[in-house]
Amino acid sequence: MTGYLGPTSGPTSGTTHAPHVAERQDPYPAEAQDPHAVEPRETTEGTVYTVTGGDWDEMLAESVHDERIVINMGPQHPSTHGVLRLVLELEGERVTQARSVIGYLHTGIEKNCEYRTWTQGVTFVTRADYLSPLFNEAAYCLATERLLNVEAPPRAQVIRVLLMEINRIGSHLVALATGAMEIGALTGMTIGFREREEVLHLLEFLTGLRMNHAFIRPGGLVQDLPDGYDEKTRAFVKLMDSRLPELDKLLTGQPVWQQRLRGVGYLPVDGCLALGVTGPILRAAGLPWDMRKTEPYLGYEDYEFDVPTSTDADCYARYVLRVEEMHQSLRLVIQALQRLEPGPVMVEDPKIAWPARLTIGADGMGNSLAHVRKIMGQSMESLIHHFKLVTEGFTVPPGQAYAAVESPRGELGVHLVSDGGTRPLRVHLRDPSFVNLQSMPAMCEGGMVADVIAAVASIDPVMGGVDR
Amino acid sequence: MAVSEPGPEHTEATDRQAKTDVDRHTYDAPDAGGGLVAGRGRRGMFGVQDGGDTTGFGGLRLPPYVPAPARRPFGGYFDELTDELLAALAEKGVAADAIQQVTVDRGELTWYVRRDHLLELCRTLRDDPALRFELCVSVSGVDYGVDVPQRLHAVYHLLSMTYRRRVRLEVVVGVDDPHVPSILEVYPTADWHERETWDMYGIVFDGHPGLTRILMPDDWDGHPQRKDYPLGGIPVEYKGAEIPPPDQRRAYT
Repeated sequence: MTGYLGPTSGPTSGTTHAPHVAERQDPYPAEAQDPHAVEPRETTEGTVYTVTGGDWDEMLAESVHDERIVINMGPQHPSTHGVLRLVLELEGERVTQARSVIGYLHTGIEKNCEYRTWTQGVTFVTRADYLSPLFNEAAYCLATERLLNVEAPPRAQVIRVLLMEINRIGSHLVALATGAMEIGALTGMTIGFREREEVLHLLEFLTGLRMNHAFIRPGGLVQDLPDGYDEKTRAFVKLMDSRLPELDKLLTGQPVWQQRLRGVGYLPVDGCLALGVTGPILRAAGLPWDMRKTEPYLGYEDYEFDVPTSTDADCYARYVLRVEEMHQSLRLVIQALQRLEPGPVMVEDPKIAWPARLTIGADGMGNSLAHVRKIMGQSMESLIHHFKLVTEGFTVPPGQAYAAVESPRGELGVHLVSDGGTRPLRVHLRDPSFVNLQSMPAMCEGGMVADVIAAVASIDPVMGGVDR
Repeated sequence: MAVSEPGPEHTEATDRQAKTDVDRHTYDAPDAGGGLVAGRGRRGMFGVQDGGDTTGFGGLRLPPYVPAPARRPFGGYFDELTDELLAALAEKGVAADAIQQVTVDRGELTWYVRRDHLLELCRTLRDDPALRFELCVSVSGVDYGVDVPQRLHAVYHLLSMTYRRRVRLEVVVGVDDPHVPSILEVYPTADWHERETWDMYGIVFDGHPGLTRILMPDDWDGHPQRKDYPLGGIPVEYKGAEIPPPDQRRAYT
């Protein structure tokens, strides 16, 4: 079959075109009268070409632009990491332009914080990047403490480090699990979420909640760790030490995994810096910028750990780097356990510290009975103080502060402005997901459409943090 | 806190002002430091605005916070950094008053910058070998409230990875003329930040190639994080009582 090619008029034409190259010149010499003349016709469906053979080049030249299609992916799509919407312009399977549309999970966390006390703000920011809630809390509390000019006691600082590193493992596991699922490695997903469940169990034991802990508070922590934290955490580290190598066995050396990730989503250091990208993506491009090392906070300068880097700057390098960071986090968890010494977990200043000492009662967690007995029976001043601090909140001297921590996704900064009241005037979260997601077009354009999925997964955006 | 006993955070400027102007009206529109008012003046105590004054503190007046200009030495690397910047600006022929005020507060350096020179300033900060602020960490807005002249601030956090230094730039504009030049051509990462700031505060970044809404829907009306934009919410019934939405509850600030 040489004559009948490509899309034809089909049902709109009364006669079907037989493949007759030889007849083309002959039966109807006057072209104007030719009912089978070779010319495109406009229909409601678009231009219809009738191709009979000799004009293939002409048709190709006309229709090559029709290969360009714009597809919409998301916001409800299993491979876009949450409610992220991608608009891709494709030529064939090649992505010529990619844009992300965000805002589908905008919940107004920043604005809401302006109508709550400084302590209540913790419960809001912890819900922003929901895979690293303890980092949100820590950054917010560090900024608040800078405004208040106080410092959390040493035990609280060590516990913060401990919790954050456990949280980092959980966050990286989700990054690997969802990333594996999105490119079709479903066992990677089940393994990743199975280990992450261990992380959540441990965090639930330590803080009382699996996610959205609101455990770190301005001035310290809401309460001390429960009895038995040491054994449970060590058991967790032991379990993880035995299970993390399974990820290596399953994925790291696997040919399909490597072929899907190597050389995909390339973004070198200069691109990272221009686009503001931090975290594993930047370190996988070769710059060992980890704020735990470069601008230590919470005593990170006293811990021993390595910052893995790579110069491949592709999805595979980011994957390997995240696995290695989990091992480093386990080292940090053990060191934090060794550093824990008895002491207060909240600043002594009664104008800031939460007045009650919370305990577990028959009906759940609440004010300790001793405290209730004191404020209700003995000390009117304590009652007034408790009431004022809980309802009114503490005042924060006017000014502004910026504090940043190295979250699993990069620099998580919190910019707080106080005008001297009991509520923040402004809470801004510089969320790494939001900034890193800007690099999606740079990673994807010019590549195959299937690689978009791998690239987005390697950015690991969490839409709760992107949209806030 | 009474006016006659200003706290340690108050500057001489507010001190002087507090002594001369006791009328509330002047606190709402003070002429302090070229519009660098960062907060509202307060009166009374316990947040009582309606009803009579039963507290006895109704006569209290507290002036708005004005960030104090820093005096040399600033401390740390701040002196060196400021000197380097002023020298680099002089080389480029930018007037030294591009920097409106230098403030050092809580170990952080803030340069209040005039918007005319913002782009040149950022380019200098990025390219000058002695400065090298490679990374624009964030751009965001702050709205200091309806009573404040020049209430919108565009805040830039810059980071020098080479020297491990951070600095905050702040551009002060009013709602009637909310224009700030876009720094997109110097820091491409400012793209989404500036769109978000436009979306939330209505600060127009001139020169941005596509300044559209980013978090709110395209057809949204208003700029949600401005102080005169209501938070919204519905009252909740709890045990027979009605709890008002958060923005209508009593505030003690």
